[in-house]
Amino acid sequence: MRDRLFIIVAGAAVGLLAVILVMQGNPVNMGFCIACFVRDITGALGLHRAGVVQYLRPEVIGLVLGAFATAFYVKEFRATGGSSPVLRFILGMLMMAGALIFLGCPLRMVLRLAGGDLNALIALPGYVVGVWLGTYFLRRGYTLGRSQEQSVVSGYAGPFLAIVLLILLIAAPAFIFFSEEGPGSMAAPVALTLGAGLLVGVLAQRTRLCTMGAIRDIILFKDFHLFYGFAAIFVVALVGNLFTGYFNPGMEGQPVAHVDSLWNFLGMTVVGFAAVLAGGCPMRQLILTGEGQGDALITVFGMMAGAAFMHNFGLAGSPAGVSPAGQWIVIISLAVLFVIGFGNIKARASAGKGKIAKAS
Amino acid sequence: MAGVVDCRGLSCPEPVIEARQALQQASGGSVTVVVSNAVARDNVTRAANSMGWQVNVEEDGEDFKLSITK
Repeated sequence: MRDRLFIIVAGAAVGLLAVILVMQGNPVNMGFCIACFVRDITGALGLHRAGVVQYLRPEVIGLVLGAFATAFYVKEFRATGGSSPVLRFILGMLMMAGALIFLGCPLRMVLRLAGGDLNALIALPGYVVGVWLGTYFLRRGYTLGRSQEQSVVSGYAGPFLAIVLLILLIAAPAFIFFSEEGPGSMAAPVALTLGAGLLVGVLAQRTRLCTMGAIRDIILFKDFHLFYGFAAIFVVALVGNLFTGYFNPGMEGQPVAHVDSLWNFLGMTVVGFAAVLAGGCPMRQLILTGEGQGDALITVFGMMAGAAFMHNFGLAGSPAGVSPAGQWIVIISLAVLFVIGFGNIKARASAGKGKIAKAS
Repeated sequence: MAGVVDCRGLSCPEPVIEARQALQQASGGSVTVVVSNAVARDNVTRAANSMGWQVNVEEDGEDFKLSITK
């Protein structure tokens, strides 16, 4: 009961902070968007050259460092890794690809919905279908294998990189790209965004808040624990948007969004599917990175590579919609996810019992 | 079937799936589940409690040994 209250408080804090960050300058319905922010960081480092989405987002830095400090304090920091790094890297890429088709990670999907963006209402069932596809494989014994103990150097790599990004943000050397227009130029003050990231990092580390786990655990176990946090994000952001005048229901003309419903749906199917196979949504990967998990850090690297790939080749969605090449990426991503899913089913004691349903 | 379910190095939901299967097969008696992270410790404990089992957690070096009984 106490745990349930805590995760609701954590979700509510995320929803409230998201509204405040938008009021203070973040793009609308983008108080938090882990995929967007990791993409912006990728651009700021010059790994993609989409001039409108380049910024070293302090929220991401704060999430990793907040989780790191908390994990360290409660003695949950542990350097681990080595569980299918290549596949995790690819899953990170695919998760980012799907998110950049829809224009948002699952967290931003919830925030877009709370802002009245009805395109997110189409993406949500797509996301659920993706998570359900992932659970199909989990039930049949899908695993990326065990992680191993790693050296502490490996565990500190993620928090160290976060500090490097923070120094680069403050020093702002000429080789770092900062958008002068577009979403990348819209940001709440550094102290506020960094503080929000740190706070959510602490809360998410303690509660294990995960936008994928919220849906997955209902499908697998009828366990609503994580869903309470997910729902709290939506409810508080919705109320906050209503009070501050950011609630604007409709499909057309929504901020940093497009109306290609099929691709909104399928883009989030890719994200949900990839998140289950990778063991966490984009935000959760940042938290686990802070806890010293190399398997999560490599997934984040994959997300960065995915962002570079999607923007360098013009595949990402835009307010104009999804290009034919971007549509192919969605199809290819789904195919790759099925290959990874089927290719990593290991026999469990009771796996294979019962009727095997068709995969698609 | 009492026994030890070794979930070290696995991250959730895999330890929960393994533990639930073991508990369902055992249906009573005692089952030991070994996990290597706090998330798995908490999630397996919650799952076992919801299935009506008692859980006793012991720290075993860096790992956790969950003695689950009904």
